[in-house]
Amino acid sequence: MKNKILPFSVIIIFGIIFLIFYKGLEESKIYTPDVNTKKEIPVFNTKEFFSGENVKSSSIFELDKVYLLNVWSSWCVPCRQEHPLLMNLNLENKLNIIGMNYKDNLKNAENFLKELGNPYKEIFIDLDGIIAIEWGAYGVPESFLIYNNKIIKKYIGPLNQELVDEINLLIK
Amino acid sequence: MKFLKFFLIVIILFPLSSVDAEEDDKRNKITKNLRCLICQGQSVYDSDSEFANSLKIVVDKKLQEGLSEDQIYEFFRTKYGEWILYDPGLNKNTYILWLLPILIFLIGGAIIYKSFIVKK
Repeated sequence: MKNKILPFSVIIIFGIIFLIFYKGLEESKIYTPDVNTKKEIPVFNTKEFFSGENVKSSSIFELDKVYLLNVWSSWCVPCRQEHPLLMNLNLENKLNIIGMNYKDNLKNAENFLKELGNPYKEIFIDLDGIIAIEWGAYGVPESFLIYNNKIIKKYIGPLNQELVDEINLLIK
Repeated sequence: MKFLKFFLIVIILFPLSSVDAEEDDKRNKITKNLRCLICQGQSVYDSDSEFANSLKIVVDKKLQEGLSEDQIYEFFRTKYGEWILYDPGLNKNTYILWLLPILIFLIGGAIIYKSFIVKK
């Protein structure tokens, strides 16, 4: 009996370890952030882009309206790519696009808008990137679909036509 | 008079710098335990990316607001999920990670006990 316990427990231990590693093989190792979170939007104070006046988040986002918050910057190349899509979205006029100017030089940002057009209903500035952190953003570009002060969906990276179609479906 | 001036300066500067150092230590400890999500295998402390730099500012701000280390971790956990912490808590996704070493230790100990100590 005594002699049997040792090999038996060794087999069981190896069995358990094998199972755990085998299970681990099936799971994806690529980290994908949670994008379907119904989180409350953060409360923050910042400055308006054009006037430089102080604004509160509560005065930007009203209840019962759909917003698309777009984090952008003039130094960000993918932002340039997605900009025409934002212009189109704005023309369709189904949602309010809000811009968050991320760690940017204001002169460059203004030139960026002059060159490519301004799809934003309002823009506020985030000079040191801390408001983006409050939002749970990773960088530029990034977009948040907001309804009733809740984040419905988060798009990390530039928008493309597929995602724009998805947004149009979601806000119908 | 000179000595008095020097003495005053030391008195004024000393407590301030020690508080600063303490806060720096705390900030370094926290940022070392936060994963830079957009970098490969770097902590926020090690990274100089835009994301990490902003995160450092936020940690400083939260420390100044008087939040404790755990509260700061909780803040980032709610914003970015468990993945941002290098030291994950015990929950249904991580229980194997936490319990397996203890289990192996206990079983191994039992085997050693049975086969060597009891034999004597």
